[in-house]
Amino acid sequence: MPFIANTEAERQEMLAAIGCSDLEQLWEKAAAPKPTSDFATLPEGRSELEVARHLTHLAGKNATDLVCFLGMGYYDHFIPAAVGEIIGRPGFYTAYTPYQAEASQGTLQAIFEWQSAICRLTGMSVANASMYDGGTAVFEAMAMAMRVTRRRHVVVAAGLSPIFRNILKCYSDSQDCEITDIVLGDDDDRSGQEKVLAAVTDKTACAIVQYPNAFGAVEDWTKTIAAVKEAGTLAVCATYPTALAVLKTPGDMGFDIVVGEGQPLGMPLSFGGPYLGFMCTDMKLMRRMPGRIVGQAQDSSGRTGYVLTMQAREQHIRRSGAMSNICSNENLCALTALVYMTLLGRQGLVEVAELCMDKARYALAKLTSIKGVRRIGSQPFFNEFVLELPKDADEVAGRLVEKGYAAGFPLGRYYPARKNQILVSVTEKRTQEEINGFANAMEAVLWS
Amino acid sequence: MELIFKLGAPGRRGVTLPKCDVPRHSDNDLPATLRRSAPAGLPEVSELEAVRHFTLLSRQNMGVDTHFYPLGSCTMKYNPKINERLSALPGFTDQHPLLPQLPEGGALCQGSLEALYETERLLSDLMGFAATTLQPMAGANGELTAITMFAAYHKSRGDERRRIMLVPDAAHGTNPASAAMAGFESRDIPSNPEGDVDLEGLQAMLGPEVAGIMLTCPNTLGFFDHNVVKVIEMVHQAGALAYCDGANFNAIVGRVRPGDLGFDAMHVNVHKTFSTPHGGGGPGAGPVGVCERLVPFLPKSRIVKDADGTYRLEYNYPQSIGYIAPFYGNFSVLLRTYVYLLMCGREGFRRISENAVLNANYLRERLAPYYEQKYQRSCMHECVLSASRQSAKGVRALDIAKALLDVGFHAPTIYFPLIVPEAMMIEPTETESKATIDAFCEVMIAIAKAVETDPDSVKRSPQTMPIGRMDEVAAARNPVLASL
Ligand SMILES: Cc1ncc(COP(=O)(O)O)c(C=O)c1O
Repeated sequence: MPFIANTEAERQEMLAAIGCSDLEQLWEKAAAPKPTSDFATLPEGRSELEVARHLTHLAGKNATDLVCFLGMGYYDHFIPAAVGEIIGRPGFYTAYTPYQAEASQGTLQAIFEWQSAICRLTGMSVANASMYDGGTAVFEAMAMAMRVTRRRHVVVAAGLSPIFRNILKCYSDSQDCEITDIVLGDDDDRSGQEKVLAAVTDKTACAIVQYPNAFGAVEDWTKTIAAVKEAGTLAVCATYPTALAVLKTPGDMGFDIVVGEGQPLGMPLSFGGPYLGFMCTDMKLMRRMPGRIVGQAQDSSGRTGYVLTMQAREQHIRRSGAMSNICSNENLCALTALVYMTLLGRQGLVEVAELCMDKARYALAKLTSIKGVRRIGSQPFFNEFVLELPKDADEVAGRLVEKGYAAGFPLGRYYPARKNQILVSVTEKRTQEEINGFANAMEAVLWS
Repeated sequence: MELIFKLGAPGRRGVTLPKCDVPRHSDNDLPATLRRSAPAGLPEVSELEAVRHFTLLSRQNMGVDTHFYPLGSCTMKYNPKINERLSALPGFTDQHPLLPQLPEGGALCQGSLEALYETERLLSDLMGFAATTLQPMAGANGELTAITMFAAYHKSRGDERRRIMLVPDAAHGTNPASAAMAGFESRDIPSNPEGDVDLEGLQAMLGPEVAGIMLTCPNTLGFFDHNVVKVIEMVHQAGALAYCDGANFNAIVGRVRPGDLGFDAMHVNVHKTFSTPHGGGGPGAGPVGVCERLVPFLPKSRIVKDADGTYRLEYNYPQSIGYIAPFYGNFSVLLRTYVYLLMCGREGFRRISENAVLNANYLRERLAPYYEQKYQRSCMHECVLSASRQSAKGVRALDIAKALLDVGFHAPTIYFPLIVPEAMMIEPTETESKATIDAFCEVMIAIAKAVETDPDSVKRSPQTMPIGRMDEVAAARNPVLASL
């Protein structure tokens, strides 16, 4: 079913109008090559009913009944029903990038509202329309800092998500730059603020930190950032938006560029995407920011509306000199985040964050009361913490899957010396009963 | 419309959450210095207020579901509803992307892995390549992925001089921008009077420092370059690689495989050719197909099918360029692609490209008497007209675009490609009927006539939209980018 509109009769009329007897003749006229394959390996087209049956079968082969304590930057938060209904409005999802402002005020105003909401949450004053995901947003922030400072050295604090770090490596291998990674001991949950500061020189473009960091630790960066900035170095923060409902904002701490993964703001986990990279900065750096930006404007009769603005930064104007190659971004995901933040609202997002904190503390107490289980580090935390187990964490996580729990993320995969450690994340969706069940199952796996 | 922040009332809310069923934590375990001073100024509205606000906003947009949207180079075809329904099955949406990294985790995601594996296989077959990665998150991200692999390929051969990427002057802006981001210096290659790559110009630029060429095929003028195969041969002879920007794949899908023409790699925009919605500017996905010699450089992870029929992720590729995306690409967008691939099938895709080409040529034929064309050639899936005749009367492509909005048609792409003055790039797609195209042509003809008799009437448009033309210069000079 290829969704083609015209009937054979209409096709014949159209062919006659262009003076061709059949489609083959038209194809020759357009000088396109003859078919280069018989496509024998492609299946015949199927009906909607058959395809629906097949996909439903595949969805059924996936395990979705595990109780989720997996996080590491991507979280199982509650999503109100109205989010999906709203972003499914045809005016939103079947439109293209809002090049024609008069025909796209819906998208443009919504993105202006998104930019406003994410600025309010992060404590910054300018945001772009979106980036692909948190990891690519970290790279774009680094590239932006190198542009602004004309320096090529970058310091990465301990506790930057290893997933982001992998992306940073892939994208920066082709850049002429040097990255210093701060490494602490394997019994630590901190980011190494003193070491970050010590590594910054007058050649350093930026210091990249994560807050809360990948081990869950929440640290006050205010003083370190002030010192880092004295070297003319920019401070980049990757953050978890839900946590910012209650935590001191990166803006208040003095960060120059704030990025992060927006998935927790209303996007399902969906096995890896689509997600939402966000990026905020201040007015002084806005013209060096990558990506689309929506601004307020007036029409000739003085009505307020919204347009894509400062486009001289972008690839369609600046070509090889553009701030980034990004064109299509994650617009509908930014809209999703806006609708989510609107529905939860000023009070609701705080409640989500408080519930996450309460339940995480309850889970920590339950789990650390098991013999041989202890928390790594002692920093304040939001909803994630690292446990050391008396056994190989991978093995324990595997056994817990059999009991119905996605127990968390065994850190050994990225930090070989942490092979007995597991990162546990707790959202507002977890009930006391689930947490108790998890702790019991953990105890059983460890000791019986 | 009022901003959402102006609606509602203090204390009003849209959603209630469950009561806390565990002991509340003591506030002082998070020191006051780490707490924000006041809640973020998010809206305080009821669910109805939110739904109404956003629904009204959505009605200020044109979209494919409501309007003909012939935006050239963007392939605004219909987005089948079944795509949305099936990609939203909880079995897919509720899976954490780190599950397969748990021990035996692959067993928990066999359905998702199979869908991805099959999507890769079907796309490889359609494009004519040895393998495909689904990870790139948009077309431009696919470009970057592919030419990063080009760099890795040359490096693996000890050939590190190749720092130049050739890009035709008609190329989309993402091509030179991606080249720069991948560390290349991009150089424009000229087009000849027929709109093809100028072979002499190309020959003069090829040399031991050239890493590759980025060719859009069919090209951004809507033509199938007469010399594609020759161009690729010349590039290969010079030791460089050929990349196909597949944004225009809808013109040839099911008939011509860029891999068979000799290209080394290619991206497709699934939000164009493969019917996934644009979402007002993403999310999309930009899978990349590669020929045999580039396979070792593909991003990690890759999905493999074992002899027993099970699927798993493999990371052990020492020459891989690494991690382009956090996980396996924009999964739920790719599921929509998979649904569409299965529904169209072999025969369907051939008919899609044929009908896309027919619609565009019919439109071109009807408008030829009224609008200039820089090149007198039959087109593929889109035609590029020029408003140069109209601009002599003071009416520019931008004015024509606005006049179209007034009568309920989205505008074509304008001022691209850069080598056509006053360009209007029109792409009807195969999902539109002759009747719609006729109606559009009537309006375009009426506008051309109005330019002769009353050009100001065209320049005053739009009159019927929620707002008039915006002062973009003032907006960029004194930017207001957020309500704080
Ligand atoms: C010819 C061409 N190349 C590349 C792109 C970039 O694709 P995306 O917006 O998916 O990044 C586009 C999109 O408009 C295009 O038309």
